[in-house]
Amino acid sequence: MSAETASVDHSEVIVSSAMPRDYYELMKPRVMYLVIFTAIIGILMAPGSINPMIALIAVLCISIGAGASGALNMWYDADIDRVMARTAKRPIPDGRIEPDQALVFGVVLSVFSVMMIGVMVNWLASFLLAFTIFFYAVVYTMWLKRSTPQNIVIGGAAGAFPPMIGWAVVTGSVSLESIILFAIIFLWTPPHFWALALFRLQDYESADVPMMPNVRGESSTRLQIFVYAIALGLTGILPAAFGFASLAYGLFAALLGGMFVWFSWKVLKEGSAENNYAQEKRLFGYSIFYLFALFAALGIDAGVSRVFG
Amino acid sequence: MADGEFTNETVEMTDKQRKAQRARNIALAIILTAFVVLLYFGTWAKLGANILQRPI
Repeated sequence: MSAETASVDHSEVIVSSAMPRDYYELMKPRVMYLVIFTAIIGILMAPGSINPMIALIAVLCISIGAGASGALNMWYDADIDRVMARTAKRPIPDGRIEPDQALVFGVVLSVFSVMMIGVMVNWLASFLLAFTIFFYAVVYTMWLKRSTPQNIVIGGAAGAFPPMIGWAVVTGSVSLESIILFAIIFLWTPPHFWALALFRLQDYESADVPMMPNVRGESSTRLQIFVYAIALGLTGILPAAFGFASLAYGLFAALLGGMFVWFSWKVLKEGSAENNYAQEKRLFGYSIFYLFALFAALGIDAGVSRVFG
Repeated sequence: MADGEFTNETVEMTDKQRKAQRARNIALAIILTAFVVLLYFGTWAKLGANILQRPI
């Protein structure tokens, strides 16, 4: 061994002050709740049965995978998060977690969740989870987000996969039903995020993120929101139309979808910066309620049909 | 190693850093314990009695 003198430059040493909750925050818990919720609905709706313990492990793996992709997103986006008011208090820009720690955390959790669901559940679910993480962290975050106003349209696929994974957990397959569940979230994403992008216009502008309102203008975005809202409203009814949800669900989905279209119409006709984007904020709030209500209805519907045949 | 040439310097942690380290250690212990329990019951659920029905 060489007889070099070990010296520590104290100014170079970083001792972490990160608390467990900072790491939890790195996993984007609110997105994770939505992922958990929609994955559970996918599991409940899928034909066949599954051991509850295996289902629990599957949900845990899907949520850890979602959290991992959130951590990778925050690692890569730390520079733009720093300049946006909405994200400036995230753990990395706030200085609570070092970027390298976030990267390692995200990679380790990704590998762990994908392997665990593969070994304990099935390898199709594992592949879909791996693809979802890859799609969100690489395709959306590293490529699309900073290069095209279609970023959240294509990137929305990442958020749409969880019910499909849930379905694959039980059946070991991908079918038309799970593709329809995918399509609902896929079509929901653009109006949801564009409503946000309209009233956070300056934020995205200063971060140089090419969101639709910044690139194509506000009126074009409002029109596109309206078109997507109609497509979403119709897609929401498809589970009943294809016979894997009841007529009662279909009526409820039609009501929810109709309200979505109505709020989008109000955005198209009355939305403006002059009234502080009140219509856009209302649509954004309603879009969150819509997705929860629609999937809750699907879950209740599946539960009722299992109990009462 | 030649005697006296190696100085073992350490970093003095602040109270905040020490508290954070302790909290992370506890969280990690809980997560690892939960992982072991989950894997144990998960294996039972996946294999069940089949584990006893293999050719020796």
